[in-house]
Amino acid sequence: MAKKISILVVDDEESVRDSLSNWFIEDGYDVDCAENAKKALQLIESSYYDIILADIKMPGMDGLEMLRRIKSLRNDAIVIVMTAFASVNTAVMALKDGAFDYVTKPFDPDDLSHLIRNASKQILLAQENETLKNKVVSLDNVEDLIGNSEAMKKVLKQVESVAQSNSSVIITGESGTGKELIARAIHANSPRKYYPLVSVHCGALTESLLESELFGHEKGAFTGAMYNRKGRFEMADSGTIFLDEIATISSKMQIELLRVLETKTFMRVGGNKETSSDFRVICATNRDLKSMVDQGTFREDLYYRLNVVNINVPPLRERVEDIPLLVDYFIKKYCITMNKPLIPIDEAAMQRLEQYPFPGNIRELENMIERAIVIGNGKKITLKDLPFGKEMIDNSIESLDDFEKTFILQILNKYSWNITRTAKALKVDRVTLYNKIKKYDLKPDE
Amino acid sequence: MTQQSITLISFGYFGKHFLEKIAEAVQLEFKVPVNFRESRLDLSEFFDPGRRQYNGDKILHAVESSSTPDNLKTMGLFSVDLFIPILTYIFGQAFLNGKTGIASLYRLSNERYGIEADEKVLLERFTKEVIHELGHTFGLIHCMSPNCVMRSSTYVEDIDQKYRNFCHSCRKLIGPESMTPER
Repeated sequence: MAKKISILVVDDEESVRDSLSNWFIEDGYDVDCAENAKKALQLIESSYYDIILADIKMPGMDGLEMLRRIKSLRNDAIVIVMTAFASVNTAVMALKDGAFDYVTKPFDPDDLSHLIRNASKQILLAQENETLKNKVVSLDNVEDLIGNSEAMKKVLKQVESVAQSNSSVIITGESGTGKELIARAIHANSPRKYYPLVSVHCGALTESLLESELFGHEKGAFTGAMYNRKGRFEMADSGTIFLDEIATISSKMQIELLRVLETKTFMRVGGNKETSSDFRVICATNRDLKSMVDQGTFREDLYYRLNVVNINVPPLRERVEDIPLLVDYFIKKYCITMNKPLIPIDEAAMQRLEQYPFPGNIRELENMIERAIVIGNGKKITLKDLPFGKEMIDNSIESLDDFEKTFILQILNKYSWNITRTAKALKVDRVTLYNKIKKYDLKPDE
Repeated sequence: MTQQSITLISFGYFGKHFLEKIAEAVQLEFKVPVNFRESRLDLSEFFDPGRRQYNGDKILHAVESSSTPDNLKTMGLFSVDLFIPILTYIFGQAFLNGKTGIASLYRLSNERYGIEADEKVLLERFTKEVIHELGHTFGLIHCMSPNCVMRSSTYVEDIDQKYRNFCHSCRKLIGPESMTPER
């Protein structure tokens, strides 16, 4: 267990001392306060403080003089000086005299957290190094990764070996194979696990939205941006960023991303200050990135930057032996969620599941089991609870109109909403088709 | 122990449905009865014209002095921009191991960041903030667990990143009377 960091706050204003003290106590630090330099020096002589946060302008001895005295008492003390008036000269003097950093009051909560975290990092570095060296490397938090098959064992082995490193990882695999779970397992077993895993679904965002999501924006960057917004890269500081559907990002974003990955610095949209962030990147895609590189739709340099380690998650049809384990897992999961007693699955139903090719992979299997628990008799999952054959008709269809609506929409989507081709396939004229679209209020995104 | 409850007091206009949803979530997390009521407070005395914000320290004390003794915890809900002298803004604050906390939704809405309004997101953020501050009144400090509601959040994006529940360690610290099932 790491020792609690102790902080001494030195400020002549009571409200400042109280605010800072409350803030640090909530963050789990040990805090003492002093209202002037004299009292502070007495405390420093009698007690050990890891960090000293001191105001520069105080009656009697000022902060700079106090800084020099503290340094003569304890050269390794981390002193952060603060002032209500920004002055480059004072800042330079404080830093020359050995201050760790310099801040202007009032500060953003995030700046304060960063400042203390940076100082704490320095203090805890040696201790952390020792702990990490002694840490037994074993996989934790992989309870959601179910599978005993050789294919899955290989994936878990890769997760184990890559987790401890800092390398970029690309996770490939069909939709529904659990790529995000693999990313979570890597993060949960890495030294970064105490920091956030920030997920970004690149495919769901337009280029400008993705830019703002990834880099954040400054107050006034565009209409309505009243306050600063933190980007995902910043949020992933010390942690991991998971970029899902990486193949969908535009060529402009590919360039931006490459630059960030190389420098680990970026600017918020509308900002002019470089921000740095220490993150690890894990990407996922269901596309063949290499062939996209060959076709010129994905940058080669970015591909190599991201593809340090590749983990391919096998489709469910290639690890049929895992289906019973997964079925058990999902039955437990949904029975608990729905507050129902655990129910078994009969042999015929299990056999049918093992024969099915699962184009939607684990996600499809999970939906099937959830549905079976919802509609089943609560005693056993049988073949009739599974959406095969006749049962595959959508349960939401209760009338002829519902059926017609669903069917027309299906054919429209099949022909990408080409009216002529859809009408021809349905053997109706274009006017009839238009009337049906109007009647059922069909839209392309339905 | 029979009198234990959490009271949410709204200062300013909050929709009834909005408060009901928050009360429901708080009750689910702390497992004690939660009630809510409206109250009036002249906020002009807490307004700092230089900063055009409201002093969170003073408001917290004012809410504390208005809370009734039979309540376990009191949480003041506001819609104004809060600050404390050393920080440019706060989302909320509470007396650690005390009985009072405050939270404001002012900086939690998407519109403040130039993004389309989303009532659901706002409700989720405010719920997390209320549970977080109440957590402090139960003696919890900030938690390092990435998804725990007690993780420190200085930006709305940090709030979005965490869950509205306590992690196992924080839940254990709160004690058995407020135990809640795993999410």
